[in-house]
Amino acid sequence: MAVVRTQDVKKVYEMGDVRVSALKGVDIEIEQGEYISIMGPSGSGKTTLFNMVGGLDKPSDGKVYIDDVDVAQLDAYELAWLRCRKIGYIFQTFNLIPVMTALENVTLPMVFAGLTSDEARDKGVELLKKVGLGDRVSHKPFELSGGQQQRVAVARAFANDPALILADEPTGNLDLRTGTEIIELLREMNKESGVTVVSATHDHKMLSVSDRVVWVRDGRVDRVVKREELKIEVGTIDGRTA
Amino acid sequence: MAQSYSSPARREIGTQVKLPVRKAVEISFNSVKIRFGRSLITVSSIILAIAFLMSIWTTSSIVNSLRDANDPKMNLILQQKGIDISQESEANRQEEAKNTWLVVLSLLVCLVGITNAMLMSVTERFREIGTMKCMGALDGFIVKLFILESAFMGMAGTVLGAGVGFLLSILMSWIGYGTAVIDYVPWPGILERGLMAVVLGSFLSLMGGILPAYRAAKMEPVDAMRLEV
Repeated sequence: MAVVRTQDVKKVYEMGDVRVSALKGVDIEIEQGEYISIMGPSGSGKTTLFNMVGGLDKPSDGKVYIDDVDVAQLDAYELAWLRCRKIGYIFQTFNLIPVMTALENVTLPMVFAGLTSDEARDKGVELLKKVGLGDRVSHKPFELSGGQQQRVAVARAFANDPALILADEPTGNLDLRTGTEIIELLREMNKESGVTVVSATHDHKMLSVSDRVVWVRDGRVDRVVKREELKIEVGTIDGRTA
Repeated sequence: MAQSYSSPARREIGTQVKLPVRKAVEISFNSVKIRFGRSLITVSSIILAIAFLMSIWTTSSIVNSLRDANDPKMNLILQQKGIDISQESEANRQEEAKNTWLVVLSLLVCLVGITNAMLMSVTERFREIGTMKCMGALDGFIVKLFILESAFMGMAGTVLGAGVGFLLSILMSWIGYGTAVIDYVPWPGILERGLMAVVLGSFLSLMGGILPAYRAAKMEPVDAMRLEV
């Protein structure tokens, strides 16, 4: 079944008198357990689509269903619940709370979910071990490298066992090797827990691990490529997006 | 609604739990404590603004009280300082106008200084607010956090500021008019002014902190994270 389904989603930004159409009608379906990359050049509407899929922004027109629930119909409490338990977010800029330790960052979503401090601590330590930071539990973000910070963010995204992980350019601020490590970590956790991973990216390293790649161009889905077809195309993709 | 995390029911949307105020107090207190350096800067601008206001108020009420006492020895000192001791003179009216002007000025300093300090300390954390919303924080919880943080800093700053301002002007009067001045300090009036300063400062800190936090909490998370101030 589809974890996320969008129906003719449009988004218009109004800047003064100018109306900018970021999305011009997008229909996509994302299946349970899939690893999907949304690719496209800057200004293609990639990030806008990504935000819609994650219930972070409301479409101007059209519908977004997460787990068959129309996001637009949800009230603030239900939306917060959805963001808290169904979706885990990973950002390009990590967005860890700077004054909190790695463990506190990971347990924050659990606190919002109503877990007791003890439960949250145990689960948080376990998650940090899983991402390879078992010995960095009480470090603050500025004491960690970029790759380590993103690992904390990955652990935080998994805090409430979400059905969907949304990663917005997760490797954008990382070097080649660390970026690959994060991608592999996500893929591993995707296989292990069956969580759906959606990432907006223009990092071609992402292609090899994705089940499907959705190409966005000029506010529309240009094409959707399955992994089997992808391998043959890799050569040409570089040429087209460069 | 609480059982929903133990049994992940699909196709079913629950309602986010409201966290107890205790949790908000804990988080906001920690936040002030951990950001000690930053909090100190914010608090010190509140202290300065309120101390200025308080010292103006204290000094003028001490001078008034000295004049009203009509003690010959004090009158001499007052005259030496260039203060007119007669009750209804032109110079006196000018003096009063000057004082009013000073109070208005220091109120302006409070208004601008405190709101600016609080505003900055909140707006620089918009990204954090957006992130917390992504993690499932309710708008109300975020506003509650910032109400508490602003209250902690506002109360600490204004109480300290009122104290500092009062002590400084007492010290100045002591140096200026001699130790006898202590007998003429109009305690009830000054206490009243002190309370006014505390209330005013706390109010301004709360407003300066809550308004931007409320605005950010109401935004869609992406907008809050994108906003650069």
